[in-house]
Amino acid sequence: MKVNEVINAKDLPVMDFDGIIIGGGGAGLRASLQLAESGLNTAVISKVFPTRSHTVSAQGGITCAIQSDDPDDDWRWHMFDTVKGSDYIGDQEAIEYMCSEGPKAVFELEHMGLPFSRTKEGKIYQRPFGGQSKDYGKGGQATRTCAAADRTGHSLLHTLYQANLKAGTKFLNEWFAIDMVLNEDGAVVGVIAFEIESGEIFYIRSKATVLATGGAGRIYASTTNALINSGDGIGMALRAGLPVQDIEMWQFHPTGIHGAGTLVTEGCRGEGGYLINKDGERFMERYAPNTKDLASRDVVARSMALEILEGRGCGPKADHLFLKLDHLGPEVVHKRLPGITELSKTFAGVDPAVQPIPVVPTCHYMMGGVPTNLNGQVITVKEGQDTIIEGLYAAGEVACVSVHGGNRLGGNSLLDLVVFGRSAGIHIEELMKQGIELKKASFDDIDKALERLNRLNSSTKGEQVPVLKQRMQHNMQNNFGVFRREDLMVKGIEKLNNMRGEVENMFLQDKSSAFNTARIEALEMQNLFEVSEATAITANERKESRGAHARDDYPDRDDEGWLKHSIYFSGTKEVSKRDVNNRPKTVQAFQPSVRTY
Amino acid sequence: MSAVIPVSHLQTLRMNIYRFNPSIDDKPYMQDIDIEVPTDKDIMVLDALHLAKVKDPSLSYRSSCREGVCGSDGMNINGKNGLACIMPLSEAIKRNKLTLRPMPGLPVIRDLIVDMKTFFDQLEKVQPYLITKSKNPEKERVQSPQERESLDGLYECILCGCCSTACPSFWWNPDKFLGPAALLQSWRFIADSRDEATEERLDDLEDSFSLYRCHGVMNCVSVCPKGLNPTEAISNIRNKLISRKGS
Ligand SMILES: Cc1cc2nc3c(=O)[nH]c(=O)nc-3n(C[C@H](O)[C@H](O)[C@H](O)COP(=O)(O)OP(=O)(O)OC[C@H]3O[C@@H](n4cnc5c(N)ncnc54)[C@H](O)[C@@H]3O)c2cc1C
Ligand code: SF4
Ligand code: SF4
Ligand code: FES
Repeated sequence: MKVNEVINAKDLPVMDFDGIIIGGGGAGLRASLQLAESGLNTAVISKVFPTRSHTVSAQGGITCAIQSDDPDDDWRWHMFDTVKGSDYIGDQEAIEYMCSEGPKAVFELEHMGLPFSRTKEGKIYQRPFGGQSKDYGKGGQATRTCAAADRTGHSLLHTLYQANLKAGTKFLNEWFAIDMVLNEDGAVVGVIAFEIESGEIFYIRSKATVLATGGAGRIYASTTNALINSGDGIGMALRAGLPVQDIEMWQFHPTGIHGAGTLVTEGCRGEGGYLINKDGERFMERYAPNTKDLASRDVVARSMALEILEGRGCGPKADHLFLKLDHLGPEVVHKRLPGITELSKTFAGVDPAVQPIPVVPTCHYMMGGVPTNLNGQVITVKEGQDTIIEGLYAAGEVACVSVHGGNRLGGNSLLDLVVFGRSAGIHIEELMKQGIELKKASFDDIDKALERLNRLNSSTKGEQVPVLKQRMQHNMQNNFGVFRREDLMVKGIEKLNNMRGEVENMFLQDKSSAFNTARIEALEMQNLFEVSEATAITANERKESRGAHARDDYPDRDDEGWLKHSIYFSGTKEVSKRDVNNRPKTVQAFQPSVRTY
Repeated sequence: MSAVIPVSHLQTLRMNIYRFNPSIDDKPYMQDIDIEVPTDKDIMVLDALHLAKVKDPSLSYRSSCREGVCGSDGMNINGKNGLACIMPLSEAIKRNKLTLRPMPGLPVIRDLIVDMKTFFDQLEKVQPYLITKSKNPEKERVQSPQERESLDGLYECILCGCCSTACPSFWWNPDKFLGPAALLQSWRFIADSRDEATEERLDDLEDSFSLYRCHGVMNCVSVCPKGLNPTEAISNIRNKLISRKGS
């Protein structure tokens, strides 16, 4: 059965697995490793060959209190920083779990062969990153981010792929998942997916499905994210009637290369680099007198946006700032930051050992996502109560467990991937050992998941993908960027509203079946659109400023009204609130206080 | 999207692209697509492809990171293998022409997309993962900065396939000769002070075809977009095999 036919559930061939993992990035491959080693019948589905996943782009490192740099470092200090960084809407139980389990997960990676940089004593090398402190903010800058030069994501992803090869994981590489199948009880019982090369389409039935589909940075015109980061998992969840949490929280990274969007890591500032404006002033000294350039990302990004707004930007259009590294000397720049040197030469035409790099805050990371518990089980909210969705897990950037809250600290995403990819794997393994039955889906249930594809395949007219994508991306960039305010957001929401019909009924001109990238881009566009609309509506509802969500019209944090997660369903387009977990198991909860850096 | 360019400073570029769609075409053909590119700034070959795809949405190629780290978009650019996303037009265009073909030596799936199966099968043959026999320590395995340094120039490989598909020995014997990329990975693990399977790895490489088909033409070195040196890795393996026999 080919992907370009109009398809009926009853004709669709079925494949059976105990568990399937949608996504071959860091989160997916950590989960799959756990399952392959347990001998279950599982498979990874990835729309690109796994080492082409976006995790490969991560540069600076993985933050964890492994005590190479400081033998007294403490995971509780890491926890404090992460809670503070999240602007207090990160779940403290989840953060506690991540920070305390972290060292185990990082050493595991080393044992698998990850080529970490090393200290003189032969330990894993660590560098300082933004928002890191010793002694609960009282002991000055910490040095906690474990790094393999500035290619940590590449090293991590390749190492996990290698470990999966060794463990005999089954890969369905270059397969595209369209939508999940839910049965009448609301349990997830697999996914509709096709092999991109041949166009052969299947209902992949499984007892457990893991969403590990990564982020969706491509909703913005300017982003550090890969072209494939289209939020497919978010789209699938929303269409299945499941909620997303804190989706308005988008991180803008201070140092995207001006014009290209490609990232230069925060590790540049960790190694001693700093930002300057057109007067050569190190302006972060004014905004964050203590931590300066290593203040939390949201703080640095906003300061940069203000410098530009107030006319102190660099270049003929005064629309960017400079990241200065040359004072570190070629030795440090080329040894510690070889990848950055390459990227700067290619995308900005400068050698950072000699000249500063032109940078601008750029969309980088989706803090929100599909809400889960510590086992990675997806949660929905019914009449104010958390309810577990049977058969469905999520981990990595697509998930919101929530360890990042309103603002993620650098190096905490890679840690999130391996800690919660692993915990989802472990939970599924245990569940399978207890023995669970494969749940049945009716043809109707399956047909529902085929609807979107069938509509696209039957299209005879309508708008084309590139046009819609550009319109959506500019709308998001202009109305839901670093600073937000009601009048612009209302306008932006209306624009999206007017687009929905066009996006659902767009025209697929090329209907061929073999490696048809136009069909994939169309399916991805619909997912991007779901993420955009969810972001827009929720951003307008959160009437306060917190973490990465900065509103001109509500400049203060409102702990009374909004020390809460937002929950959004696309069916009703309504936003509700969910309690933040302030019940860590082994330490006292950290109380919200004013965030200064 | 990178296709957003202010309209003022544009000029026409003729792209000449290899096309083949297995469900429609009997055989491949070359197609001219004219696109408008900016004159006041350099764009990459991948950006040019995006512009061409707006004109003809059926044009197919792989891409992901668009910054030279994922290895998706290896292709033959004016006769030389490279990554489209980090190849500026200013460097790529020769005599006002831009000809794009799939990487040679592997079956074409569609347009610029090749079937990499043989490439990955060869990679898997070298057991591209760390093998240890001793018990894992509680913390990290200790490795000195010097020992770690011997992995530089090896671990950075992005599996793009540019090297192996530029290697004449790989074209003639893709199922027997492992090819530069797999051999570079083989050496990456032999060179790793933490790996404990060096002898077994070398045993596997004794077979004359897997290694000795390399005639040192250095095509692999000249095309590697990450500046890696598979030839050197291959000669390191050879030396190791020879010194093992000698002792
Ligand atoms: C430039 C850059 C640098 C970064 N540096 C750091 C850093 O130094 N430290 C840090 O902690 N974090 C960093 N981050 C963040 C971090 O890299 C990401 O958040 C993380 O890698 C996401 O991993 P993931 O496993 O969730 O998803 P990804 O790695 O994005 O993988 C998603 C997977 O899902 C698959 N997939 C998606 N949709 C489908 C579908 N429909 N069908 C089938 N398969 C599908 C894809 O093929 C892919 O395999 C960085 C991010 C960027 C953009
Ligand atoms: S040096 Fe060896 S591996 Fe490299 S291209 Fe030549 S024959 Fe192939
Ligand atoms: S050695 Fe270089 S050319 Fe060959 S696959 Fe690796 S990165 Fe690509
Ligand atoms: S798109 Fe990733 S290497 Fe070119």
